[in-house]
Amino acid sequence: MADSPVAAPTKRSFPRVEFTDSEAGALEFPSSKSRTYNYFKPAKLRATVYEDVTVDVQPDPDRYLTQGWIYGFGDGPGGYPHDWTAAKSSNWHQFLDPNEEWEQTIFRNNAAVVRQINLCLENAKRANAYDHWNAPWSKFVAQNLGAWMHAENGLALHVFTSIQRSCPSNMINNAVAVNAAHKMRFAQELALFNLDLSESHLEFDGSAHKEAWQNGSEWQPTRKVVEELTATGDWCELLFATNVVFEQLVGQLFRSELMMQVSARNGDYITPTIVGAGENDYNRDSSYTRVLFQLLVQDEKFGASNKELFGTWMTKWVPRCLDAANAMQPIWSQPADKVRTYAESFQSAKEKFTQMLEEIGLDAPKELNQ
Amino acid sequence: MSRQSLTKAHAKISELTWEPTFATPATRFGTDYTFEKAPKKDPLKQIMRSYFPMEEEKDNRVFGAMDGAIRGNMFRQVQQRWLEWQKLFLSIIPFPEISAARAMPMAIDAVPNPEIHNGLAVQMIDEVRHSTIQMNLKKLYMNNYIDPAGFDMTEKAFANNYAGTIGRQFGEGFITGDAITASNIYLTVVAETAFTNTLFVAMPDEAAANGDYLLPTVFHSVQSDESRHISNGYSILLMALADERNRPLLERDLRYAWWNNHCVVDAAIGTFIEYGTKDRRKDRESYAEMWRRWIYDDYYRSYLLPLEKYGLVIPHDLVEEAWNRITNKFYVHETARFFATGWLANYWRIDPMTDTDFEWFEDKYPGWYSRFGKWWEAYNRLRYPGKNKPIAFEDVGYEYPHRCWTCMVPCMIREDMVMEKVDGQWRTYCSETCAWTDIKAFRPEYEGRDTPNMGRLTGHREWETLHHNKDYSEIIQDLGYVRDDGKTLIPQPHLELDDPKKLWTVDDMKGNVFMSPNILLNEMTDDERAAWATAYRANDNICRV
Repeated sequence: MADSPVAAPTKRSFPRVEFTDSEAGALEFPSSKSRTYNYFKPAKLRATVYEDVTVDVQPDPDRYLTQGWIYGFGDGPGGYPHDWTAAKSSNWHQFLDPNEEWEQTIFRNNAAVVRQINLCLENAKRANAYDHWNAPWSKFVAQNLGAWMHAENGLALHVFTSIQRSCPSNMINNAVAVNAAHKMRFAQELALFNLDLSESHLEFDGSAHKEAWQNGSEWQPTRKVVEELTATGDWCELLFATNVVFEQLVGQLFRSELMMQVSARNGDYITPTIVGAGENDYNRDSSYTRVLFQLLVQDEKFGASNKELFGTWMTKWVPRCLDAANAMQPIWSQPADKVRTYAESFQSAKEKFTQMLEEIGLDAPKELNQ
Repeated sequence: MSRQSLTKAHAKISELTWEPTFATPATRFGTDYTFEKAPKKDPLKQIMRSYFPMEEEKDNRVFGAMDGAIRGNMFRQVQQRWLEWQKLFLSIIPFPEISAARAMPMAIDAVPNPEIHNGLAVQMIDEVRHSTIQMNLKKLYMNNYIDPAGFDMTEKAFANNYAGTIGRQFGEGFITGDAITASNIYLTVVAETAFTNTLFVAMPDEAAANGDYLLPTVFHSVQSDESRHISNGYSILLMALADERNRPLLERDLRYAWWNNHCVVDAAIGTFIEYGTKDRRKDRESYAEMWRRWIYDDYYRSYLLPLEKYGLVIPHDLVEEAWNRITNKFYVHETARFFATGWLANYWRIDPMTDTDFEWFEDKYPGWYSRFGKWWEAYNRLRYPGKNKPIAFEDVGYEYPHRCWTCMVPCMIREDMVMEKVDGQWRTYCSETCAWTDIKAFRPEYEGRDTPNMGRLTGHREWETLHHNKDYSEIIQDLGYVRDDGKTLIPQPHLELDDPKKLWTVDDMKGNVFMSPNILLNEMTDDERAAWATAYRANDNICRV
């Protein structure tokens, strides 16, 4: 057999490494030590990574933008006009997210939550944890936790995602985008939990959530509020109505004051892990919300008018959320083991709501006690 | 997915949506497109449970590389010629990224397909990731590179600089005007699908050749998210194609988006790659060669052309003209010369070209030396202060160009310049297509059809207008492009930092009065203006000094 011809080696081409001595400190010259972003004043002595990667990334004619917005809408200016909300601020850029969310924190935190839930669900399967569920609890989870996941998903896609287009600074935008991610992740975890239960030995109706959410009398006022929220154009009203009013009076009422309290007594240690992650999300998201509205209430120029405005927003949204909360009352009676009454849960939710209002600097609305 | 198949999980997640009966989501951002006949499917099937760990893993690799770069003293071998241009690029790009995040709710508002909303919301989180990871990369450069000036004022400079404004189209264009024009055709179908190839793949490749392996690390990580975004865009495009009424708008928007992306991205990235590199191997791809591969073959031939079978009118003529401008009309080289002429209005330094560069340019772009060689020799000769003014104020046979009102890149291909009186003002455009964009496309009526949602061109579109008839020493102090001794300029027309006498200061700028070409144009009589336009188009602008 003849030798096959050997291809001539091709000459590899690659860039030449050159030592350029371009390291910091190689020479001294004007600005050779200017190694901080110098166009904003950090909240403390040194800027945090969060501030460095967030502040002023989106330009603003109120900051350094000299040529103005170069594209406009057909019916108004471009960018993020301040009149997209009735709330006013002397300086929207003053807001900094207390959670300091940026790329690394978003994925570290949420990946940790995802792993925690995955472990929990895998262990539950191995331990046949659902075998001990009683029928009322199975039905309760299928209908009510199932209905709730719709609310979370609606808020993710049509409330928080929407707000982050319209709000005026990059710092608000980033915080709200993370809020949307929390809601999406939580809604999906609830849906996948529902799928797990459907595929388990448990007698579980994986489609019961649709009927409960679409037609169940306990859930219609909640669905109504969620849909009305998605129909709200003023981004700041939307944030206030959702994170201050709805989440306190309806969201926490259901998640924290019901699901987290009654699950374990009904033989379910999985639901608190998943719902607890949602509660943890809200704890973070309520932090940035509180700081933002504190700034608006304490604004030297607009604080008084903002307080009045927030009062009108509460007049509008508190009764709607109270209707939603009260309509849910019957579900407190559905589990076999009832460890908490609706009255107790609702009282606790109202107290937390009042406390949040106090921290923001607002009075509790009279509607709360009617 | 470990526990359920992706398909089953995705089907379950799709149950989360519902048909509202009490109130429908507010339409905050309108579109003139219609989607009544649109097919509904989500191509992405992204689930948050797998998304977060996947992105975390990608992050870990990026941050590991960053630590390694510091420990390995990467900046000992980074070419300053290259990293100076990153002061411009990295001041611009985080804004388009976060604007893309802001664009997603516009698409969600406009497209009545819950199936795709999930993918769009995931893209929103991706874009927050991209914006902040890029800001963090820039911070690392600022901390570790020899000359931090320019990085240190990055976002302020972006907001008040002529080049920053050009780049800002690639951002504001995503979030303003018709929701589909902006968030789908301009952002996803053209910018992300076509031009991120040169932005995030070709350019980082050149960075590595210049000793910087962090730009590829970060931007390839970014680019790995783009394929999902491309799927989002394609899906909405197919939905739009299902309705005949959308076709004229699609044709309009593809023409605008393609041409604007070409004008802006090719000008900038072409310059970074061709004039920011020290790698002059003859077998190294030129920007034109990269463009042919990434944009012409991969995008135009593989992505756009197949859409013809759906009846989409492809702007073949504009694709060919972009190629013609890059190869025969020296578009990138004209841009680089303009950047270098205006070095004193920058917040980065520009290295002069050498004989080695000249040889490479002539090899890759025959005829380059006869058009640009003498000018770069003059740039080199005039690089120090003391005996001469900045090159912009010296007579080197280069006529300062007028700006294109639409893309805001100057009208550098002189013979193509269009002059029109629009909205009561004389404006210049770099090309017929940019003139059409302002005069025909961005209007409330298009070809006899109401288009109330289409955007408008607004703002102080000619940067020079803001500084008309001022002494340049005042202008540069207003801009803040001055180092921490209060007098030395951040920009310099060379890279030599070893001798203060070689560095231009505010005092060296005194006596140079800056004029706005557009203001002067509008002050001319009709006869003067016509004569000027004829002369402008006829000027070959070749330096013969």
